[in-house]
Amino acid sequence: MEKSALRPRVLITKIGLDGHDRGSRLVAAACRDAGMEVIYTPPWQAIAAVVKIASEEDVDVIGISSLATDHLIVPQLMSALVEAGLSHIAVVVGGIVPDNEEEALLESGVREVFHPGTPLEAITERIRRYAIETRAQSAASE
Amino acid sequence: MGSPAPSTPAPGKTDSAEARRLWEKDYADSVPVDRLVHNVSGIPIKPLYTERDWGAYGTDNPLGYPGQPDFTRGIYASMHRGRTWTQRQLIGLGTPKEYNQRLLTIIEQGATAVSLIPCNSVYRGYDMTSVDPQLLGTCGVVINNVDHMAESLGGVDIGEMSCSLNDPSPFTLLAFMLIAAERRGIDWRRISGTSNQSDYISHFVANHMFYRLSLTGARRMLIDHIAYCRERVPRWNPMSVVGQHMQQAGATPAEVIAFTLSTAIQNAEDCIARGMDPDEFLPRFTFFFDISLSFFEEIAKFRAARRIWSRIARERLGARDPKSWRFKFHGQTSGVDLTRQQPLNNIARVTVQAMAGIFGGLQSLHTDSYDEALACPSEFGARIAVSTQNILREEAHLTDVIDPLGGSFYVETLTDQMEEQIVSIMDTIEAAGGMLKAVEEGMVQRMIGASAQRQQRRIDSGEQRIVGVNAYQVEEDPATRPYIDRPDPKVMREHIERFDAWRNARSRAEVGKALDALSRAAGSEKENLFGAVVDAARAGLTNEEICSRLRRDLGFGTPLAIV
Repeated sequence: MEKSALRPRVLITKIGLDGHDRGSRLVAAACRDAGMEVIYTPPWQAIAAVVKIASEEDVDVIGISSLATDHLIVPQLMSALVEAGLSHIAVVVGGIVPDNEEEALLESGVREVFHPGTPLEAITERIRRYAIETRAQSAASE
Repeated sequence: MGSPAPSTPAPGKTDSAEARRLWEKDYADSVPVDRLVHNVSGIPIKPLYTERDWGAYGTDNPLGYPGQPDFTRGIYASMHRGRTWTQRQLIGLGTPKEYNQRLLTIIEQGATAVSLIPCNSVYRGYDMTSVDPQLLGTCGVVINNVDHMAESLGGVDIGEMSCSLNDPSPFTLLAFMLIAAERRGIDWRRISGTSNQSDYISHFVANHMFYRLSLTGARRMLIDHIAYCRERVPRWNPMSVVGQHMQQAGATPAEVIAFTLSTAIQNAEDCIARGMDPDEFLPRFTFFFDISLSFFEEIAKFRAARRIWSRIARERLGARDPKSWRFKFHGQTSGVDLTRQQPLNNIARVTVQAMAGIFGGLQSLHTDSYDEALACPSEFGARIAVSTQNILREEAHLTDVIDPLGGSFYVETLTDQMEEQIVSIMDTIEAAGGMLKAVEEGMVQRMIGASAQRQQRRIDSGEQRIVGVNAYQVEEDPATRPYIDRPDPKVMREHIERFDAWRNARSRAEVGKALDALSRAAGSEKENLFGAVVDAARAGLTNEEICSRLRRDLGFGTPLAIV
């Protein structure tokens, strides 16, 4: 199906073990209210499951919410996306990420880490921009 | 007042109506456009409260006395003047050995009770060999069997010191602890403490990390757990009704009390349906709440909750023993209010939150570490949190007087208003068919989501100012932020290897037999399922073996995904 150029498709999910979902629900609702298509899942998604949903739903951006150290396995998600040929999808992380561990995430290909205190509008704005980039990249490679 | 009131006020004095008119005029002159103030629960807040606002002012004994129904002023006659709150710092990290060292240290520093937080992998019902090793021991201690529990509590007299376990259904940690006590020859009747996180409904609604079994499975398991403890571990509090997760997820203070009391009603009525007498189980019901920075609102929240619960226990649940009417609660300062920016400011926030809990009449308190918005607490951060409690208890004279804010026109009016709002939300839950029904349909989750959005909008718009976030920002050198250390992979690897070797050395036949016994109990309503979990722990089953089998037999718990 032809994707609307104006409606980014975003997967908001949680990997690993934690289940705190205030942040993921707020961001998902904000993306939806900003006119995006939001795919939202229960917590504890396996990395393979995130890759599968991202592929099937043809998303532009994956938002991973992490409040209790699950960000440590995000680099594994990044590798899995590359392996599945989905490296064009932008991945952002939000939640509690210590400064000294942010670098490892960015090096693995995460586009941005949103820390506590970031206004929702700033987050949706950035997600929209990443979605546009993803679309441009997909169009160029087609 | 011997002389008649003068018709015109004496010089320098005014009658109260005149004084009020004067004040209103002066106020309007100095504040031409008054700003609208609402508390988080949405109650409008006036600039001044007087005897006109507090409906019961001037009536005989309007508040009752501490320790007397309806307990507005506290559930005990002496409250903190007699015995201060229990200082219960949540700790959990790394391996059992590392946890034990930290536990003995904070006991030395003044902690008066044990609190144990297991690793997230334990919450999710997995043994350490089933999850990514990077995720082990970062937020809690990795306990998978009885040996691990015994090592975690080494050197602590568990027959004397109250232990609270963050232990969701099917309560494997308590089972491990009971067997560890059995090995040490400690009589279970001496063991006291609380099954924190026994409230499956709160886990279904928010902070789903604790949510392991299906709603029906968890419901049966909880009632079996309460029945078993009443019989075998009588000093144990098997029911901690948890408001904390829901407030952290965004529920307002009024909503959280309404949801939590509605949950307590659900669980109490389930116990009664099982044939238990409310006066046997209600004295062992406890509550667990977040304490936010909305200082007066939090105080009014707890005072109102005490009143409503005493009424419910008596009138609705039919309890006759005044002990059953007491609303006992543990408070934890809210991590939601802490900021990543200028993290040392969080010490001030935690202090104010803790004071609200103390004036609210809590029974035990955990103060957060200032670094919680950055990572799981460091040892240094945890020490300051302990000191904060010590300072409030020892230096600040907060405990000299019982319910020191009682009789304040504002606090009493707000207590009445919070009570009214809480009762009205409870009526909505009741009309939806009770708490279980309301959460199954997602009604409570949607209310919480809407409140979270409202609060976020207030912050994003700048209406709610937060120092360092949307006001008073300063340039911060990221290098000054704490460096977060993860558990030593080598130490954790050794823990995993030892566990793996122990597990493989067990008799397969015995493990199979123990699993079969667990399944038999799950299949028969006549057996006490928690008793079967204790037997499984004694037979050497691991946390994952017990949780997986019960998930297979009773259903895996999956929360609703609602945006």
